[in-house]
Amino acid sequence: MSLEKILSKYPQKKEYLIEILLDVDEDKKNHFISEEEVTTIAKHLKIKESHVCSVLSFYTLLSSRERGEYIIQVCKDVPCYLNDNFNVVETISKHLGIEMNDTTDDRMFSLEFTACIGCCENAPAMRINNEIFVSLTKDKVIKIIDSKKGGNS
Amino acid sequence: MIEYKELTKKFGKIDPLSINDYLQQDGYKMIRKAIKMGPKKILNEISLSRITGRGGAGFPVSIKMKSFANETGVKYIICNADEGEPGNFKDRYLMENDPHQIIEGMLISAFSTGASRGFIYIRSEYQNAINIMKHTIKEARKYLFLGENILKTSFSFDIEIRRGAGAYVCGEEFALIESIEGKPGRTRVKPPFPSQKGVFGLPTLINNVETFSNLPFIMRIGGREYNNIGSDFASGTKLISLSGNVKNKGLYEVSYGETIKDVIYILGGGIPNNRQIKMVQLGGACGVVIPQSLLDIQIDNERFHIFDSKIGAGALIVIDDRHDIFDIILRNMEFFEHESCGKCTPCREGHGQMVNLVKKFVNFQATKKDYLSLKSLANVIHETSLCGLGQTSPSSIISTMEFFPEDYEKRIEESVRRGQTNG
Repeated sequence: MSLEKILSKYPQKKEYLIEILLDVDEDKKNHFISEEEVTTIAKHLKIKESHVCSVLSFYTLLSSRERGEYIIQVCKDVPCYLNDNFNVVETISKHLGIEMNDTTDDRMFSLEFTACIGCCENAPAMRINNEIFVSLTKDKVIKIIDSKKGGNS
Repeated sequence: MIEYKELTKKFGKIDPLSINDYLQQDGYKMIRKAIKMGPKKILNEISLSRITGRGGAGFPVSIKMKSFANETGVKYIICNADEGEPGNFKDRYLMENDPHQIIEGMLISAFSTGASRGFIYIRSEYQNAINIMKHTIKEARKYLFLGENILKTSFSFDIEIRRGAGAYVCGEEFALIESIEGKPGRTRVKPPFPSQKGVFGLPTLINNVETFSNLPFIMRIGGREYNNIGSDFASGTKLISLSGNVKNKGLYEVSYGETIKDVIYILGGGIPNNRQIKMVQLGGACGVVIPQSLLDIQIDNERFHIFDSKIGAGALIVIDDRHDIFDIILRNMEFFEHESCGKCTPCREGHGQMVNLVKKFVNFQATKKDYLSLKSLANVIHETSLCGLGQTSPSSIISTMEFFPEDYEKRIEESVRRGQTNG
């Protein structure tokens, strides 16, 4: 979807800024909002670019820097921690050869922490783009990531 | 059986995507009944029920609704579905399993207070719930439960979904309102309260998903009968999100007044691997941490003398004896350091400092002075922060200092023995 198409989905009002930014981020392969897009969105909504930037930097799910096609977010809160007996982050980190908050060289994967994603009854849990994965085991984590490598989104 | 299923009784029995399933289970009958009763009688029933807000703060719902009903002009209703408190997943279950119940609750609120527009603010992480709620609103419109002239009356009400973008603080009412307006989610100074001046400067009633879900039930059995369910301190049922080191993790609905111990041992099946409970955190990351010896306390709105709240939004995080108290506190404090919106100084600056001090305890480098600094800092943040985030975030520190003093003493002694302290 082009930026114009996303903008036309919503009334031309400032209150839809976050909805627009979420759509752009989700839609783009590398999940970020570029400077040009900030300018276009600001013009369209008749707001200052600085306001768009303040929103962009405030919300954790939005990014102004390029990320991977698949954003792996691992929950770091207590209920997941209590049930994580193999270290989810270390498993992914080793498997992909990247540190936390890094992106793989082929721009396929980014690794991030997330706040609780409300799956504590099936902890540990992680989220890849809009998909949630629960009851993780070491093998399961590796299988999930490898299935994404194969291009099954 | 200690479960008391009312809000969750249709779970698994209806297809959440089918309005017909909901209608067959007497769905939308309570908004019809409410319209016949009229606003005054509805508000009276809600008063009699003594229902309190289910989002964590436990404020009496009828007080909020009555003050909101007195306002004139265009008014908004917001359903707060920004469930982000670690350990809570009840609102996700309500949205994913019985979404029309929430819409009906919002309709009853709107009709009884004269509101015409509504928002459901859902965090983006809950993609499945967002899809279900979007579909539910469409179906409700198709069946004329939302839109103009609902059920051929002069009552009009419609709902729009807004997504959060990964900010825990947006569960706070004014931060949520700012976010709906397309701004960073930073709270406002109160008063005026949202019921007077909320979203777009207009009167706004904000309630939690579970609170709205209770309203069709209150309409069905009446406020007096509802008040008979529960304990002396709280009426109705409470959804409990049970997680951590417990056999049967999951969502349970119990009447207020059940003990925490029964929920953990009867419903949760106890602790796996023959372990003992070291502590239980109540409500979520912002909740108090209690020892095994206090598990007999009841789930209700009564408060600890050392702290303002007890059960919060209803999370119970069970932590077994393999775990170190300071590891848990550090995770909580790092969470709040990241989630502070930065508007007020105690919360913005204080969480970083608390993280540094707690790290000293984790790393066996703590002194008596660190203990006193941590204690005073925790109390300052609790007393002086602008919104609920900072007011409640230090509760795991304040409560463990009260209930686990020996853990702090031992850690300081051990730090000195290892010679890793700097004086």
